[in-house]
Amino acid sequence: MTTATAPTPLSAPAEKQQSGWAVLRRGLALSPEFKQGIAVTLVLAAIATAGRIIVPLAVQQTIDNGLRGDGGTDLALVRWMVAGAALAVIATAICSYAMNVRIYHASERGLATLRVRAFRHVHDLSTLHQQTERRGSLVSRVTGDVDTITRFIQQGGLMVVISAGQLVVVTALMLAYSWQLTLLVWVCFAPLFFLLKAFQKRVAAAAVAVRVHAGRMLGAISEPVVGASVVRAHGIEERTAARIDEAIDGHRVAQTRAQTLIALTFPMGEVAVGVANAAVVIVGVLLGVDGQLTLGELVAFLFLVTLFVMPVQFGVEVLNEAQNALAGWRRVLEILDAEPDIADPGAAGADLPRGPVEVRFDNVGYAYPDGPRVLHGVDVTLAARSRVAVVGETGSGKTTFAKLLTRIVDPDEGRVLLDGIPLTGVRFASLRARVVMVPQDGFLFDASIRDNVRYGRPDADDAAIGTAFADLGLADWLAGLPLGLDTPVGQRGESLSAGERQLVALARAYVADPDLLVLDEATSAVDPATEVRIQRALDGLTRGRTAVFIAHRMSTAESADEVLVFDRGVLVERGPHRELVGAGGTYSRLHASWAAQQKPAAD
Amino acid sequence: MTDKDVLRRGMQVLGVAIREEPRIFAAAVGASALYGATTVASALILGQVTDRVIVPAFRDGETTTAAMVTTFAVVFGIALLKALGIVGRRLWAGVMQYRLQATYRRRVTRQYLRLPLAWHHRHPTGALLSNANADVEAAWFPIAPLPMATGVVVMLVLAAVSMLATDWALALVGFVIFPAIFFLNVAYQRRQGPLAMRAQELRADVSAIAHESFDGALVVKTLGRENEEAARFEAAARELADANIAVGRVRALFDPLLEALPSLGVLLVLLAGSIRISHGDLDPGELVQIAYLFTLLAFPVRAIGWLLGDMPRAIVGYDRVRSVLDAEGESSYGDAAAEKTGPAGLQARAVRFGYLDGADVLSDVTFDVEPGRTVAVVGPTGSGKSTLVSLLVRLVDPSSGAVLLDGTDLRDFRAGGVAAAAALVPQQAFLFDDSIRDNITLGLDVPDEDVRAALRIAQAEEFVDRLPDGIHTQVGERGTSLSGGQRQRIALARALVRRPRLLVMDDATSAVDPRVEAAILAGLRDGGTGPSTVVVVAYRKATIALADEVVFIEDGKVAGRGPHQELLESSLGYRRLVDAYERAARDREQNAAAAPADDLTEDEEVPA
Repeated sequence: MTTATAPTPLSAPAEKQQSGWAVLRRGLALSPEFKQGIAVTLVLAAIATAGRIIVPLAVQQTIDNGLRGDGGTDLALVRWMVAGAALAVIATAICSYAMNVRIYHASERGLATLRVRAFRHVHDLSTLHQQTERRGSLVSRVTGDVDTITRFIQQGGLMVVISAGQLVVVTALMLAYSWQLTLLVWVCFAPLFFLLKAFQKRVAAAAVAVRVHAGRMLGAISEPVVGASVVRAHGIEERTAARIDEAIDGHRVAQTRAQTLIALTFPMGEVAVGVANAAVVIVGVLLGVDGQLTLGELVAFLFLVTLFVMPVQFGVEVLNEAQNALAGWRRVLEILDAEPDIADPGAAGADLPRGPVEVRFDNVGYAYPDGPRVLHGVDVTLAARSRVAVVGETGSGKTTFAKLLTRIVDPDEGRVLLDGIPLTGVRFASLRARVVMVPQDGFLFDASIRDNVRYGRPDADDAAIGTAFADLGLADWLAGLPLGLDTPVGQRGESLSAGERQLVALARAYVADPDLLVLDEATSAVDPATEVRIQRALDGLTRGRTAVFIAHRMSTAESADEVLVFDRGVLVERGPHRELVGAGGTYSRLHASWAAQQKPAAD
Repeated sequence: MTDKDVLRRGMQVLGVAIREEPRIFAAAVGASALYGATTVASALILGQVTDRVIVPAFRDGETTTAAMVTTFAVVFGIALLKALGIVGRRLWAGVMQYRLQATYRRRVTRQYLRLPLAWHHRHPTGALLSNANADVEAAWFPIAPLPMATGVVVMLVLAAVSMLATDWALALVGFVIFPAIFFLNVAYQRRQGPLAMRAQELRADVSAIAHESFDGALVVKTLGRENEEAARFEAAARELADANIAVGRVRALFDPLLEALPSLGVLLVLLAGSIRISHGDLDPGELVQIAYLFTLLAFPVRAIGWLLGDMPRAIVGYDRVRSVLDAEGESSYGDAAAEKTGPAGLQARAVRFGYLDGADVLSDVTFDVEPGRTVAVVGPTGSGKSTLVSLLVRLVDPSSGAVLLDGTDLRDFRAGGVAAAAALVPQQAFLFDDSIRDNITLGLDVPDEDVRAALRIAQAEEFVDRLPDGIHTQVGERGTSLSGGQRQRIALARALVRRPRLLVMDDATSAVDPRVEAAILAGLRDGGTGPSTVVVVAYRKATIALADEVVFIEDGKVAGRGPHQELLESSLGYRRLVDAYERAARDREQNAAAAPADDLTEDEEVPA
């Protein structure tokens, strides 16, 4: 079936989707916990399944042998039989318990392992920071998708085996009583299976519609909360209310439609039981008149029919659930199968020696996957201990330069070397300790300021953190916070202003004590006086290190040893500010425009 | 809460639901009663069929066609009626639940629209969203099993009657087994409830960590903290696994027990029934009837347990929803209309403002803005500028003092009056999940030319035209398909298209490129949308230069007022703030002149 067509690792999208069985095999291999002790679990399951026919069997025995035995009622037999059956019921319950516990243990442990692996792997994929719109779907890989698999295994996977087993055992007992009636019961239930399957498709489609409407409704009800001030500022309460009503009603209608389908599907089993019972009675009586069936056997059939409904209904549901679970499993495996494009060379890699770093860009070019080329032939050496400002208009390639420098992405042309060692050959542990970037948005974790700063160096104590803020000239700001270092920053740091977030991010990078510091417009949202103060502090603090400033305001460029000017992906000028400013090139233009902003037009 | 309290409060919540939707509830309960009655009837009929058709046929070795047809019709007919009952029960239970959800979501969001912004500030966004969504859902969760549970009560009463009518000894077995099933199930729900809730919370934690960690991926990566993040995630994932296993253990224990009990009941019926038959007190048909009834009732009896199991969660959800609906504090409005035309005059009179739990953010802020003038509000980060701005357009009311528009206290305008005269462009632009055009008009009836004119002044026309559907392009939830600077420009166009008599901009171009910002400011100065009074929060000198006057705010107080040049001379704080760059440049030049070789000699590497 799947013969040796060696999968080419590069053409993942062209490759055919893995088949359901392949997914199952790979999935089980990745979570060995599932298979631990599976044999015992299956034996327990077999016993639990067999236990379901005890009651119909006891009914038949009582009626045929206990009540209508040749010597009238045989109470002793009934007593022994009931006692034996009761023991069997209890034994079945105990086996069910043991089986269930084993399933929960194995599946939960196995899936936790899978979840953690996938999570760790996602952090190695560059799509994470390149395609922000995909983040949500990456989150669902390690949450919702894994939950679907869990649900399937716990409520579906083994239950489908048990249900199938139940059908087999029940059918076997039926056959022992009468093959004609067995056939009849199967004929009554076979259409149910196909009918349910057909309906299930429509139910699934309706459920998708409900989810879509639920998403829309959530969006609408977030408007008066997240957009509270906009709604008031423009006095559009009524318009907003109308939008909300529309979304809420859409959701309700979709829910009702799905529920109608479910309500119609659900009692089909009852109808099938009704038909089967009626048919069994009639045919059974005819057979009994013929002497081919005993009274007890006929009554036992009526009990056995009720045991048919559950597995059929369940089987259909599980079939559908299995599709979802396999799809979820496939998505998680896709993550694990994706090659980390920015790979850690690990033990084979080199360590960067401590001390100031020299940076070399060796004819570097970069294009986003399936996107335009954003950097061309950058060939430049930044001397160790130099302070370099990188300037250019939005979209000129400044930020890409910073990302290449810190190996957030790898160039597709040329090489980046630190102290002569190609970046791709440097161990991550060494690289991340020596090279730190402060990104523009100053992302903070939902914790205290202290914990956020410690993120840069986990063993930093309060004194070290305090010193960091003081060194950056931010002691006053910190002292002004009522809770000081204990101040919670809220989700993504949103309890602080954009400028304050940048201050914390700066302190976080500072305690990490890197030898190469890269700041990507790290102070764009703070007021000018504070920015100048930070800038001055940084000038001192970056001595002895190499520092690269991606600059938004030209004041940063003025104080740098060297300025790199980018224009549409090309390094067009380099040199100190005082040389470039009068040269009449791109930098002169950028600087003049910025300077005009700073001066009152009236001057 | 004790169990009694839970039951009492839970019943109150159900009572509210029934009063809201009495008709649908009645229909659902009616259908469910039909289901309950037909369930008992189907066992009765099976007993009758056994006695009247099956046993005689087996005894006599013959039967009649009439008996066969009747049997089929009755057995099948009852099954159809029961199916009908189930359809009605499920359908109307769903309809009732969904209608209640919709009604309460509508009420909660109406309340969000009605309550003042100050109230919003006191409640975290996440909590408000879950009040309107998860809490409403939880509150009406028990509505799904409610009709079934009432139907089961009908079923149990009828079953008890039919058992008593059949045989007291077998009825006795029923009176032991069914209460046992009921209480076992209550115990089950009670054990499982808290565990399941905890698992749910942990699931949310795992999801929150994944969200946060992936959102902050760049920070994680640049600080090399992937393994620590994985460890943090693993701890949560393992804890969730353990919690799920705890839930699983309870299920593993109770599910087999609940299955075994009715089986044991049937066996007891067989034993007791055989004895009764041997004494001639019972016939086989009656034995079959009762045994069959046991198997039919075993499952539905659990519905009452589900209902009780959902109650604690429903009570918590309902209480949270109620606290939003009962929230006091409405902005009061007068009846003044903002009928005037032309630029508005604005006065702040001794305005003081403090959030509930903190010190004053603003105190004694007084200044005038003459009609048609432009005033810049300048101050360091965290000085209270944004708060001041939200007072000027009455997003919040001052704790004391007043803000006047054309001499009228903002609080005296009728609802919508201030919004009709003044427009605010906030720092963080919020866009609706709608087209660009609708985001600008917000329902206002304006021609495309006006929308384009506003976009042009906001320097947004060019990029909007490049979008696939131009001004009709959908921006996605909260405008995520646009960059921060683009969102700000759309928000600016939104304000401009309303031709406000007062335009208030709160650092509204901070994410815009300096050169683009310069063009925007030039457009505003040229009066592209007609004359208006402008208040602008700014850092950049070019922005400040637009202003006829500057209000300098420091620590929540007016630290200086006047034209830019005057302030530069009179206020040291102001000079420090706005001249920071120039001063830095000057200092550098002086240093460079004094010690040209400074940074080359200073940090020689220490030889190892």
